[in-house]
Amino acid sequence: MYRLTTRTRAGTATEIAVIVLVVAGLALPAVTSRGVIQDLFFILTMLTLAQIWNLLAGYGGLVSVGQQAFVGIGAYAMFAGVILLGWNPVAAILLGGLAALALAVPTAFFAFRLQGAYFAIGTWVIAEVTRLLIAQWKALGGGTGTSLPREATSNIMGTDAIRTLFGVREAAARDILAYWLALALVVAVTGCIYWLLRSRLGLALAAVRDNVDAAQAVGVDVRRLKWAVFLIAAAATGLTGALIFVQTARISPEAAFAVTDWTAYVIFIVVIGGIGTIEGPIVGVLVFFALRSALADYGSWYLMTLGLAAIAVMLFAPKGLWGLISARSGLHLFPVRRRLAGPKIEGGH
Amino acid sequence: MIWLDTLVQGMLLGGLYALFAAGLSLVFGIMRLVNLAHGDLIVFAAYLVLMGVTLLGLSPWVAALIAMPVMFMLGWLLQAAVLNRVLGKDILPPLLVTFGLSVALQNGLLEAFSADSRRIPAGALEGASLDLGLVTVGVMPLMTFASAICAIVALNGLFYHTALGRAFRATSDDAVTAGLMGIEPKRVFAIATGIAMVVVTLAALYLGMRANFDPSIGPARLIYAFEAVIIGGLGSLWGTLAGGIIIGVAQTAGAAVNPEWQILAGHIAFLAVMLLKPRGLFPRAVD
Repeated sequence: MYRLTTRTRAGTATEIAVIVLVVAGLALPAVTSRGVIQDLFFILTMLTLAQIWNLLAGYGGLVSVGQQAFVGIGAYAMFAGVILLGWNPVAAILLGGLAALALAVPTAFFAFRLQGAYFAIGTWVIAEVTRLLIAQWKALGGGTGTSLPREATSNIMGTDAIRTLFGVREAAARDILAYWLALALVVAVTGCIYWLLRSRLGLALAAVRDNVDAAQAVGVDVRRLKWAVFLIAAAATGLTGALIFVQTARISPEAAFAVTDWTAYVIFIVVIGGIGTIEGPIVGVLVFFALRSALADYGSWYLMTLGLAAIAVMLFAPKGLWGLISARSGLHLFPVRRRLAGPKIEGGH
Repeated sequence: MIWLDTLVQGMLLGGLYALFAAGLSLVFGIMRLVNLAHGDLIVFAAYLVLMGVTLLGLSPWVAALIAMPVMFMLGWLLQAAVLNRVLGKDILPPLLVTFGLSVALQNGLLEAFSADSRRIPAGALEGASLDLGLVTVGVMPLMTFASAICAIVALNGLFYHTALGRAFRATSDDAVTAGLMGIEPKRVFAIATGIAMVVVTLAALYLGMRANFDPSIGPARLIYAFEAVIIGGLGSLWGTLAGGIIIGVAQTAGAAVNPEWQILAGHIAFLAVMLLKPRGLFPRAVD
């Protein structure tokens, strides 16, 4: 019997390794310092954003330079939930996802009228407009921003249990909680993307990416597909943005809608790691963090290096570092390609 | 007469934006290249002019005149050595390369010149104004506007009345067929980017003389420039001027209502045009 499958030995091994890593990651706060937890939080949230942008640009062909709009609106919606509605910050993160989804609908309606380069610039302008509008929102600090009130940060659900479990101070317990949520989010987002790419929808996405006309000819509804990808990406970006600002507990329009932090870095991570693969952003975020740590004392040299590294990768290894590794070894940790599995055919290869 | 004043000041501001955008429009029109480093290249050129003024003691005009061939060579090199290698059907590689260049340039300038804001000294021109009866206009904005017109006339002359311009238009319409006719698209592209950098130097001169600048202001100029190009339509330089004026007038009108709405009003004008005409007002070429 022959059947189509995406399952490979490497893929199964990865799944087992991921489970082990996640369990180890959950237990990690027991043995490491607060600094390590904060670094890991940064890595995990950047990885989440990178996976989402990779889904948009690498698979959906939607090259958005305006993802900071969704990070910012998600973060501000979380702040609004806490400050104006009195919600618990963790619950208010969900509000961030909803707000980003709500913003994504008019954004998509507008931006999908634009092609290619126009789309990229259009999304950037929408992010700027959102930032300028939010800066007018005086209840949340206007242009200068605001902080989460002390009473809200001091009784986030779960922090008491973490304090007794690990015997840490309140601020450290908050970092641990944020780190766990980031871990959950990155696993959920990556898992969803992996599942999506292996489903019928993923096949349609790959078809659209490779040839729009041919995909339409075999019955793929391109418009609906792009809408779906854009909305999913926006909601996930909003959740990530809200989570990032639960941890920092301070917000301003410049920080929440920073094109460098939430779009440029993210794009560099995806490009350096390898666009169009799930492994790429993982490799990319590790390189990004290593560069950041190594050059931390040299200020702007680090960003210059990052920019030049992205240019070098585009010129000499357009498929990124993972592309190089994968081409040499034939390794796919997250296989999405369909293969025919079954008994060997006599005389075949 | 306040509305008339707003309109005139807005149009003059639009001249500056058109000047920012003219080089971008040329490059975008000919090779569909989205140069995200364009704003940072303007800032880079402004520092180049500033160095000529402060280190060599030249007048800003002479310094800009010397900076122009330098920028032409840089543009030519950038296109020949880097951008030509990533141009293709997919817009992503050139977009990412210029994004990398943008970040590298910004931080390189930051390292070289610090975050202090600087200005190119323009002497008596700085505060000078002309009374035109109904409105009073600054000499500097007026010169910016005139320079924008001159640059566009010159570029259009080049574009429509020279052999090089014919090669530009042919490559813009169909690079493959142009190649069959003996035009080498990559060589044409390199020259086009070089010329765009000459216009960038002119824009940088006015940017630096009219207001303070620092290494971080490039991306905001890039957005205004792109809005002007897109409103105008692909490949139309007069359209780019119209686009610049629309953004400029919207910004001054917004600022007249509430100073905080200046930039917002410009962006909203752009979004409104895009909703009505997704390909811009006067597109010459199809994308």
